[in-house]
Amino acid sequence: MAKPRIATTSLAGCFGCHMSVLDIDERILKLAELVDFDKSPINDIKRFSADCAVGLIEGGCCNDENVEILRAFRKRCKVLVAVGECALMGGLPAMRNGVPLKECLREAYLDGPSVVDGLIPADAELPLLLDQVYPCNEVVKIDYYLPGCPPSADLIWEALVALLTGNDADLPYELIKYD
Amino acid sequence: MMTSEKITFYIDEIECTATQGQSILEAADENGVYIPRLCHQPDLLPGGSCRVCTVSANGRNQAACTTPVANDMIIENGSEEILDLRRAVIEMLFIEGNHYCPMCERSGNCELQAIAYRLKILAPRFPFMFPSRKLDATHPGIFIDGNRCIQCGRCVRAAQQIDKKPILGFIGRGGAVRIKASSTEGLKGVDISPDDACVKACPVGAIIVKDTAYRKPIGERMFDKQPIGSEIEARRTS
Ligand code: SF4
Ligand code: FES
Repeated sequence: MAKPRIATTSLAGCFGCHMSVLDIDERILKLAELVDFDKSPINDIKRFSADCAVGLIEGGCCNDENVEILRAFRKRCKVLVAVGECALMGGLPAMRNGVPLKECLREAYLDGPSVVDGLIPADAELPLLLDQVYPCNEVVKIDYYLPGCPPSADLIWEALVALLTGNDADLPYELIKYD
Repeated sequence: MMTSEKITFYIDEIECTATQGQSILEAADENGVYIPRLCHQPDLLPGGSCRVCTVSANGRNQAACTTPVANDMIIENGSEEILDLRRAVIEMLFIEGNHYCPMCERSGNCELQAIAYRLKILAPRFPFMFPSRKLDATHPGIFIDGNRCIQCGRCVRAAQQIDKKPILGFIGRGGAVRIKASSTEGLKGVDISPDDACVKACPVGAIIVKDTAYRKPIGERMFDKQPIGSEIEARRTS
């Protein structure tokens, strides 16, 4: 039987959650026995090659490209897991939600104290910023949530094993943290 | 009238004793049974506003901090129904403010977060509201971040009842209620110091004394290893 496939992506996140995935240390060998990795920054595969059992989403949606990728993950993955505070509630990037987008851009690119010859980037190649940073579940249906900034490697491991084996996750007190 | 008459009651089938006149929450504490609470603080009159302490008492949902315990009362504290109701209350507190735990100096020592951990909340079931709230940074030593205030009123009651100076209060109504220093100049305009009971009363990161953050590394903070309420449960004899 073919191994289940797993895909991962980092949207408006800092890659910290992916670092935490790698932080499972030698258990990564066991993971490689359990699954095949599809599209993911870990193997640098850019396109889906097949439908996946599990998709891990790091980061929320701050631009149109994030939305597009997240929707593609929803289409191709049977189970979507929001990994980390940014995917779950917007996280640090969502701190801009209280400030109008124009003001954010003006402060960053025109009025900021270290800006010289400021210019608001507007190249057509750049993804378009959204008015707010959106938690993933406001864009697509999310099946499971792993909190933490980042979630600990143990939490990610417990959750993955539970998902892949169809058992309930055993989440002791120390594993659930929001920071 | 308070009398010292002893009464017997039951929490999740544990036989407990209490003194006539005690609240369910006080009596539970003495018997080593933890009932989660946010607006309650032992040295203040009960506020009864957060509803996190809701238990089923003789079949009716009641706030344990304001309901007197009665002889033969049957209390449910740990049923799935009560736990889920509490989870919902805690989740609502998270979504209606701006609680960015990763960047809050109170993280690890925050009662709201600790109760969420204890109840094993992975994510709120309600959509985040991202309200627009103000920061009062007018004072040199203390600030109030309205984004993190859960309107528990502990600071307001502590200012009145312990510090004996009504320097904090709520303005607005319903969902628009906000904590505020009672001066048009904000905190700068009131007589407040880091040692005041009203400053120490805040269970979350809404009232912060400057230059005190991040003194303990992750792993050694108050609720990193021990769930909130462990100290109460340690009192349990039977
Ligand atoms: S500032 Fe703190 S103590 Fe005061 S009402 Fe808000 S959360 Fe409660
Ligand atoms: S602790 Fe009882 S209502 Fe808040």
